[in-house]
Amino acid sequence: MSHATLSPQRSSLRGATLPKWFAWAVAAGSVAAGLGISAAAGLNSDIQWALIAAALFVVGSYAISAKVEGRRQAKDRTATSMVWVAFLLAVVPLASLVWETVKRGVKVLDGYFLTHSMGVVADTEPGGGIYHAILGTLEQVGLATLISVPVGVLTAIYLVEYGRGRLAKAVTFFVDVMTGIPSIVAGLFVLSVWILMLDMGPSGFAGSMALSILMIPVVVRSTEEMLKLVPNELREASLALGVPKWRTILKVVLPTSIGGIITGVMLAIARITGETAPVLLLVWVTNFINTNPFQDPQASLPMYIYLQYANSGGSGAAYDRAWAAALTLIAFIMILNLVARGIARWKAPKTGR
Amino acid sequence: MDITTQQPTAPPAPGPAAPQDKRAARGATRPGDRIFLGFSRGSGIFVLVIMAAIAAFLTYRASIAISKNEANFFTAFEWNPSGIPPEFGIAVLAFGTIVSSVIAMVIAVPIAVGIALFITHYAPRRLGGPIGYVIDLLAAVPSIVYGLWGALVLVPHLEGLYGWLDDYLGWTGIFEWNGGAPRSLFTVGILLAIMILPIITNVSREVFRQVPRMHEEAALALGATRWEVIRMSVLPFGRSGVISASMLGLGRALGETMAVAMVLSSSFDINASLLDTGGGTFAQNIASKFNEATEMGRDALIASGLVLFVITLLVNGAARLIIARRKEYSGANA
Repeated sequence: MSHATLSPQRSSLRGATLPKWFAWAVAAGSVAAGLGISAAAGLNSDIQWALIAAALFVVGSYAISAKVEGRRQAKDRTATSMVWVAFLLAVVPLASLVWETVKRGVKVLDGYFLTHSMGVVADTEPGGGIYHAILGTLEQVGLATLISVPVGVLTAIYLVEYGRGRLAKAVTFFVDVMTGIPSIVAGLFVLSVWILMLDMGPSGFAGSMALSILMIPVVVRSTEEMLKLVPNELREASLALGVPKWRTILKVVLPTSIGGIITGVMLAIARITGETAPVLLLVWVTNFINTNPFQDPQASLPMYIYLQYANSGGSGAAYDRAWAAALTLIAFIMILNLVARGIARWKAPKTGR
Repeated sequence: MDITTQQPTAPPAPGPAAPQDKRAARGATRPGDRIFLGFSRGSGIFVLVIMAAIAAFLTYRASIAISKNEANFFTAFEWNPSGIPPEFGIAVLAFGTIVSSVIAMVIAVPIAVGIALFITHYAPRRLGGPIGYVIDLLAAVPSIVYGLWGALVLVPHLEGLYGWLDDYLGWTGIFEWNGGAPRSLFTVGILLAIMILPIITNVSREVFRQVPRMHEEAALALGATRWEVIRMSVLPFGRSGVISASMLGLGRALGETMAVAMVLSSSFDINASLLDTGGGTFAQNIASKFNEATEMGRDALIASGLVLFVITLLVNGAARLIIARRKEYSGANA
């Protein structure tokens, strides 16, 4: 290690090291070369010059470093640059997703768009809005929340406070498995029971049932984690005073963990708000305002996006509306997420004692 | 936990009176307690009932469809359930689902592990937290938005890459491109990779974070470089976690519906080349064929959904078992 003497040595104990700006220099060089090569070869894709530059960077830094610093350091540098490349490779599409949605979404997103439906607007024409879709999404998600929160919280209470033996183990395992059910399968299940067997028509409520199948396991999991954080001393103190167990749970355990439970529920809501597949099978979609979630097809934000994309024959106005609806949906989910995390942080000292 | 889960009972009286006391203690459980226990146990059982009902109803409807099917359900290259005679098979769907998921895994797993390492071991401390936070948020972006982005932004950008793959790797046959729109299984694989990146990253990051500090410091003290520390202490420790994270991602990729339906230009055949349009996946086929399906058609779609259900059940079950062996990092919340 200490034999390489190509660069100025600071200490006799350490091997030669390349200066700190070395990585940046190689990066700049490989980006320039990547651009140059793709310009020379007439490649017109943004992805390619980046890939070429990334490959050049990895190879270049390995070669130079192997020569100056030795094999092991060179390997370390390669690993470092691979990790950076992985990070950048992932950031590019994800940043592009957010950027494009915001850029294209703000075009038609305004007060009019939020407060009008598509009732009198043809799919290919400009105008119209997402009022009916917002209404439908709120009703469907609200109903799903009403179903899944009691079931989910009670299941979690059973698992943490009472659960022992085989039943609890089975419930734990199947809740885990349930988290992985594809949304379309949940939709097919409700389809086979509600629509094919009971002969009901499509409605917002049918969609809510499928959504709650997706939501219950998430609520159970997060509530379980929160209940486990409640210190045993609180329960023991309450039980020692002769308070019945059910009152202990309702008056001591739940209030202590309520912040975390609300956070979990909000994250679960954020997760099901964007679900499209079950809604496609069970709620269908309409261009008109339908305030009754128990009868007739209803619009929803995800289906609105799909409809504007698929049924408009590539009209620019429809794509603009799709992007604006996507931006609304993302904004809604992000706000839910941020508020949920805010509540978690605000309530954290109490529960995490 | 053990202490509180026990009912507060009276101390057992000595001698032959004990059994009677026990009964008395049980009788003393207040009605409120019994009702509450009943409700919460009932919810737990309800969850099991739902799972059983999903399996039962899907199997029932599927059996109706399959009994009328004139073609072999597993090998037929056709989807014509409302024809006379009805003929449909899942060969194309199984092929498309597996191929697109495999492409997604090949792309996503190394990159996700890279990002997880970046967050835990490489990024400047100030950056690590916010990046993890952003990845969390990206995991919440709905698939329909990924689909819209994939169809309107990613697809046009891939033409260059397709041309390049065709020029240099076209001779292999798998990367031959005939100039159609790049809406093939390969594009679907790339999009799925982007979609499952956040979840794999999240779980792997949690695992890497739990590597005992002592292991790393021991390696450092022996003069290991950062990469050697990772190879000797971090990766061996996190292997099972990364495997289960990948399987969670795989489960998601297998069942992804709308994004695939929006990007893939599907048809019912299998192409030797990944870059040619055509093919389909279970979930995509259900979403695209549902509108025009008759009752028989719906049953056939449910039959294909049952296969998807069983596959994802196996994949997720396996992932959970691996996780359960190491309780500390449950990925269920990711």
